[in-house]
Amino acid sequence: MLWQFNDGAPIYAQLVQQIKVGIVSGVFPPGERLPSVRDLATAAGVNPNTMQRALTELERDGLVYSQRTAGRFVTEDKEMIETAKRALAERHISAFLDAMTRLGYRREDVIEMLRQEIKGGGDGDVSLAM
Amino acid sequence: MSVLQCNNLTKRYGKAPALEQVNLTVEPGRIVGLLGPNGSGKTTLIKLANGLLTPSEGELLICGAAPGRATHGLVSYLPERTCIPTWMSARQLLDFYGDFYPDFRRDAAEEMLQHLDIPSTQRVKQMSKGTREKVQLIMVMSRQAKLYLLDEPIGGVDPATRDYILSTIIGNYNPEAAVVISTHLISDVEKVLDEVIFINRGKIMLQSSVDEIREEKGMSVDALFREVFKC
Repeated sequence: MLWQFNDGAPIYAQLVQQIKVGIVSGVFPPGERLPSVRDLATAAGVNPNTMQRALTELERDGLVYSQRTAGRFVTEDKEMIETAKRALAERHISAFLDAMTRLGYRREDVIEMLRQEIKGGGDGDVSLAM
Repeated sequence: MSVLQCNNLTKRYGKAPALEQVNLTVEPGRIVGLLGPNGSGKTTLIKLANGLLTPSEGELLICGAAPGRATHGLVSYLPERTCIPTWMSARQLLDFYGDFYPDFRRDAAEEMLQHLDIPSTQRVKQMSKGTREKVQLIMVMSRQAKLYLLDEPIGGVDPATRDYILSTIIGNYNPEAAVVISTHLISDVEKVLDEVIFINRGKIMLQSSVDEIREEKGMSVDALFREVFKC
């Protein structure tokens, strides 16, 4: 898993986002045990307390639950994961549309361009800006 | 109890003040960045904390006690310049640290050295600068101390070595101990820190958590530092 951080936002919030992406993309499959806080912190190169805070946040959202001695697990609720995936996708789409609007494109143009792009890319091998 | 506490701490070299009326506390479980430009007093503060200097005024306490014989066992110090004996081999260095410090976790140190592929017979003088820095950090972090004082642990090493040093600090995280890292390479250490202390001309300008700064100012600590210390 690739961890990347930008300047503006709090680090814990960025960790929450990236672990969410990990969950919805199956890097952390449903019901699977998450690595320990220390291992996750080391992998991401972040402070363990900051990682702890991110995991607590994910627990509050319900995407992650902890079992007192066994550790932390990804939820088995596939519907919840699907909802989270959808929410992440919507954020990407609205960011994309904002950027296109700033470039001066109208919605119809955008849809047409997308259609062209996907057709040109062959078997739908287009990864929209992550 | 705070691991490190300064009350109106002042240090003068002759007449020149190096630290003026410093008040700060560092709690256990925290990794704290001591950030300031050159000559701001970072090293002076660290040397006061391990008893290499004595305060001109005010006090500094390590787990409630003034620096002295009792606190030396609680503090693990990485000086700015490499100070491990260069004629020693890696194994001799392990013996040396084991003899000096009852809290030295030899197995942890051996594991980290192995991970770096450093043969136990290799002498320090045969190691590159980056390797020496890594070895010294391994020795310092292998002690089970209450306070780790790291003076410029990532200065003058390449980015890969920097990453190694920072991940070693995270990997040895102990919720009962505090780590103070002095540096001016902020963007590199920012993610590793809980809190930052900005120091300038011997005065504390700010003590805050990294995410508080990012949340409130909408900028990284690095960006804030550049703004505060603009020349």
